[in-house]
Amino acid sequence: MKYNILIAGVGGQGVVLASRMLALAAMKAGFHVSTAETIGMSQREGSVSSHIRIGDKISGSLIPIGQADLLLGLEPAETVRNLPFLKKGGKVLVNTHAIQPASRPPGCPEYKSAALLSFLCEYYPDILCSDFTELAEDVGTYRTANVAMLGAAVGARVLPFPESTLRAVLDAEIPERYRAVNKAAFERAMKCIRLISGT
Amino acid sequence: MTEKKLLMGNEAIALGAIETGVQVVTGYPGTPSTEALETIIRYADRCGIYTEWSSNEKVALETAIGAAYSGAKALVTMKQVGLNVASDPLMSLSYIGIKGALVLLVADDPGPHSSQTEQDTRVFGHFANIPVLDPATPQEAYELTKLAFELSHEFEIPVILRTTTRVSHSSGDVEVAVTEPALVESVDEGFVKDRRWTIFPRLTAERHPWLESVQDQLSERFSELSFNSVSGSGKIGIIASGVSALYVREAVETVRSFEELFTLFRVGTVYPFPEKAVLSFLKGIDRLIVAEELDPYLEEQVLQLIGRAHLSVEVYGKKNGFFPVSGEYNVDLVIDGINLALEACGESLRLSHALPTISGEKLPPLPVRAPTLCAGCMHRTVFYAFKQAAKQLKKESQADTIFSGDIGCYTLGNAYPLNMVDTCLCMGAGISIAGGLFRTNPKAKHVAFIGDSTFFHSGIPAVINAVYNRADITLAVLDNRTTAMTGHQPHPGIGLTALGSASRAIKIADVVQSCGVEFVRTVDTVDEDSLESCVKAAKEAMNFKGLSVIVFKGRCAGIIKPDKYYEIKPEACTGCGFCIKELGCPALNLASDKPVIQDSCSGCGLCAQVCPSEAICLGGEKL
Repeated sequence: MKYNILIAGVGGQGVVLASRMLALAAMKAGFHVSTAETIGMSQREGSVSSHIRIGDKISGSLIPIGQADLLLGLEPAETVRNLPFLKKGGKVLVNTHAIQPASRPPGCPEYKSAALLSFLCEYYPDILCSDFTELAEDVGTYRTANVAMLGAAVGARVLPFPESTLRAVLDAEIPERYRAVNKAAFERAMKCIRLISGT
Repeated sequence: MTEKKLLMGNEAIALGAIETGVQVVTGYPGTPSTEALETIIRYADRCGIYTEWSSNEKVALETAIGAAYSGAKALVTMKQVGLNVASDPLMSLSYIGIKGALVLLVADDPGPHSSQTEQDTRVFGHFANIPVLDPATPQEAYELTKLAFELSHEFEIPVILRTTTRVSHSSGDVEVAVTEPALVESVDEGFVKDRRWTIFPRLTAERHPWLESVQDQLSERFSELSFNSVSGSGKIGIIASGVSALYVREAVETVRSFEELFTLFRVGTVYPFPEKAVLSFLKGIDRLIVAEELDPYLEEQVLQLIGRAHLSVEVYGKKNGFFPVSGEYNVDLVIDGINLALEACGESLRLSHALPTISGEKLPPLPVRAPTLCAGCMHRTVFYAFKQAAKQLKKESQADTIFSGDIGCYTLGNAYPLNMVDTCLCMGAGISIAGGLFRTNPKAKHVAFIGDSTFFHSGIPAVINAVYNRADITLAVLDNRTTAMTGHQPHPGIGLTALGSASRAIKIADVVQSCGVEFVRTVDTVDEDSLESCVKAAKEAMNFKGLSVIVFKGRCAGIIKPDKYYEIKPEACTGCGFCIKELGCPALNLASDKPVIQDSCSGCGLCAQVCPSEAICLGGEKL
């Protein structure tokens, strides 16, 4: 068994936390796991990604080009940026909520998220997208969009371990005072994706 | 009883050290090494481990050395450039040796992701005659930490545990032996007076042959260790260490019966080179591919071994262009290198890449996300104030201003649109470089920026030098009361130790005053109208003849919980975009035709102070 997940987003979106939850669930399910995260200078509003490698064997923590089974995009442009990692037939889940860069130095392309989203939908017809930031804000706070994306992945039935394993990890890892709001985001996103994809 | 835990490489190292009974742990924060000491801090009280964030890496190493001289097991943590700061004591220490045990965790940063160099600590160990262990995974990092302490104790020599970003900052399932760390034993014997602890030319001369003989003994020992392993039985050899070895394994795995074609040698103990084991591996092959990040260290070691043993083995590595000489490696890059080598040695086999759904070149244009100062960061206010002050001085006296930066979050002042860092080199260098620039550009104004933690790390000697040698420069200390970039560690100016207990807070203004600086001001950046007072102070300081120092006080936006936010009155906003173009604050965004302030606003009010139409005002309190 070999299953690679790439989470892409912008510094501050909670990519590292989401990655840790998936890694813990994979471990709980009896697999070896290895993750690589962006920590340090690039965290400050920069592009961040987390590679999660799940399997029967230990491997290097970086996913090779074209070998991600699942791309969880917390932001449209960051999803597109990481598409080369996706394997043929891999799944893409996208949060359509765009985050504009802090500044646009002269000569840098303008960020038109609508164009990128239509590119995504055209290229990947079975892509699953929704505004998970808005969804999270609706049930509490936009900050739980990362956990909402985990719920979406469960909803899309694309994770290599049972739903209950991930739920148990979330219960154990998320501090009590944030648990309810995270759970609400998780549930709402899971239902939302089941509705969209009919799974 | 063992237990499986999901651990970051740095956490695994910490647990390995605790398990081995480490008693004294020191370090200076530096990505990607920081979490090792942070993890030990969490267990320090329970286990009775003395732990400190030292003022710099040299001090950290020397403190650990004192402890190890007394028979304690000591660990010191730093990033690769920290080893440069600590190199003075380290180079001498190798001759003296230690009692107890002393392990240095040194984290390299191929890429680099968060560093100013791509130096290779394996080579540093070779240069310094210090053994170097090179783990590939968090599990190995845990095991090699324990081995490092054993070797250090047995051979009475410091040992370097060298990691890279992909080991230190990788998380993985780690089988740990002790699930609940217990109280460590205290040092029984203590320091015993002996001439061996006082370095002197004669002692060095006496010790040098011992130091060289230890290298030979360790090379012999390393040849027997399972951390250096051979797999496969093919005529094409591949040698690799650290994460590169994992990339190699994954690269060749796609080939059916790769064990018959290749022989892999994984080096876990890289210095002293396990010559005996490598030699027997070399005798079974006729071609050798070397896959390693950073310097061609393994390649040089095998080349000299091949030469000495008169073997006929063709080597394909960095030196003859088969692998990139710099940057971080990955599986795809290793596949390319191996394929080039296979082609050169006339093999028809090629390793294949996985096919992506889309290649990088075919992606539509994407926004550039350069790392930037946080919303509400006090550094932005200070940089902007100096920008204005310099503009005014240029108008008034035609003087240009050169801004020297330093290492920390405020290096990001170099980014568009602030563009306020003209030089940046290493910790503490900004002040001295400004001094040098003043000698050669006397008509220009010279401003150096330094953070609070960096000031204590290596800024003080440069301040003294500027006073002593009468440099006409201005120093802006950006005092946000934390070591911000590495994740908010305390420092000597805070009044708290690593464990959070009270300590004497050293005031930066008092330090520079006592160094003889005549112009010392402390300016608050927190007030809603702080920009004006910052500009005024900056101008005064730049007009002062001699060294002038302003300590700008503020709060790191990364740790405060904002209590207010600003908003833009759409009826007053003309949509000129001045706030965005001038400040580059991530909370400001051009939504359609007019800027909006986003949730990340932490209420610094800088944008309200620059808005030409007074369209930005306090929005309210944050709950």
